[in-house]
Amino acid sequence: MKESKFMSPYLAGIGLGLTMLLAFLIMGRGLGASGAMMRFDVWILNLFAPAHTASNAYFANYAENPLSNWLVFEVLGVMIGGFLSGALAGRLKFVIGKGPRISNRGRLIMAFGGGAIMGIGARLARGCTSGLALTGGATLSLGGWVFMLCVFGGAYATAWFVRKQWI
Amino acid sequence: MGPFYKMGFFSEQTGFVIALLTGAAFGFWLERAGFGQSRKLALQFYFRDMTVLKVMFTAIITAMVGLLYFSLFGWIDLSMIYINPTFLWAQIVGGLVLGVGFAIGGYCPGTSVVGAVTGRIDGIVFLLGAMSGMIVFGEFFPLIEKLYTAGSMGDITLPKYFNISSGIVAFIILLAAVGMFVGGEWLEKKFGGEEA
Repeated sequence: MKESKFMSPYLAGIGLGLTMLLAFLIMGRGLGASGAMMRFDVWILNLFAPAHTASNAYFANYAENPLSNWLVFEVLGVMIGGFLSGALAGRLKFVIGKGPRISNRGRLIMAFGGGAIMGIGARLARGCTSGLALTGGATLSLGGWVFMLCVFGGAYATAWFVRKQWI
Repeated sequence: MGPFYKMGFFSEQTGFVIALLTGAAFGFWLERAGFGQSRKLALQFYFRDMTVLKVMFTAIITAMVGLLYFSLFGWIDLSMIYINPTFLWAQIVGGLVLGVGFAIGGYCPGTSVVGAVTGRIDGIVFLLGAMSGMIVFGEFFPLIEKLYTAGSMGDITLPKYFNISSGIVAFIILLAAVGMFVGGEWLEKKFGGEEA
C-alpha cells in the first residue's frame, strides 16, 4: 500500500484540540504521556525491587497500584489510535527515522540519549509536551506557558549541534 | 454541567474506558499529523517543517476557546478543571532540559509512543531511553528535590498572574498564534527543502 500524505496540520490540530476539550468536559483534565511512562517504570521496579520503590521518596508516590491510573489507560489508547491511523495510511514500517548524514547506530544512540535527557526533564517539570505544554497551555497555566517557551528555547539552542542527524 | 466525572456522573472504572478512547483519538491525530516520525518533528528546529508549531497552537487555541465558550454557556465549571500547578524554576530548567532532549532524540514522550507502535525503531529506542531517564531522576531525587519544588506558585494562571481577564489573555494568544501560522508558512517557503 502506498503511504498517504499527512493531514493538514491545522485540521489535525483542530482534531487534537477537540479531543482535549472533550477530555476537559468529561473528565475535568487534559491529556498526558510522560506520567504513564513513570508508572510503567515503577510497575517494573515493583516486580524486582518492591522494597526499593517503597523507600525511594520519589518512586513511593507511584508505588501503590501504579497501573491503575487514568493516564496509563490513556497512553494504551494512544498506542491503539496511533497504530490504527498508521495502518489506515499505509505507514506501518520498521524503519529508523533520521537525516541522510548519520549512521543507523549513531541515530539510535542519539535516540536513547535524547530520550533519557527528556525523561529527566519531564520528571523535573512534572509533565511533557502533552501534559504540561498542551494541557497547561489550553488552561492558561503560567507554568505550562513558561515550560513551553523553555522547551522551544532548549531545542532551538541545541539544534545546531546535532544538525548532522537531521539535515 | 461538566466536568462530568468530577460531578460524580460515573465511576473511576468508566473513566478508564473514557481514557482509552480519549487516548485513541489523541494517538490518531498525532499520527495523522505525521508526528510518528522523528525527522518531521526535528525539522521544526531548522525552520524547514513547522508542523509541530502549527498543530500545537491550533490544538491549544481550539481547546482554550472551547473551554471559555463552554463556561460562558454554563456547560462547564472551570474551577473544577485541573490546572497544572506552577513550580517556576523546576519548569524553566525542566523545559530547557526537555527541549535539549527533543532536538537530540527527535521525539517527545507522546509522539515516541506513536512512533513506536508504527514501527519506528528510533521511537522504540527513544521510549526506552525516556523510561531509563525517569528512573535516573528517581534515584537522584534527593539531590534534585530542592530544584523540583523551587518556585512553587500553586494553580496560578496567566490571567491571575497578570491580573487581566481570561478573555483578553485568550485573545492575545489567538493573535499570537495566527501570527505564528503566517510566520511558519513563510519560514517553510524560505527554508523548506524537498521534504516540506
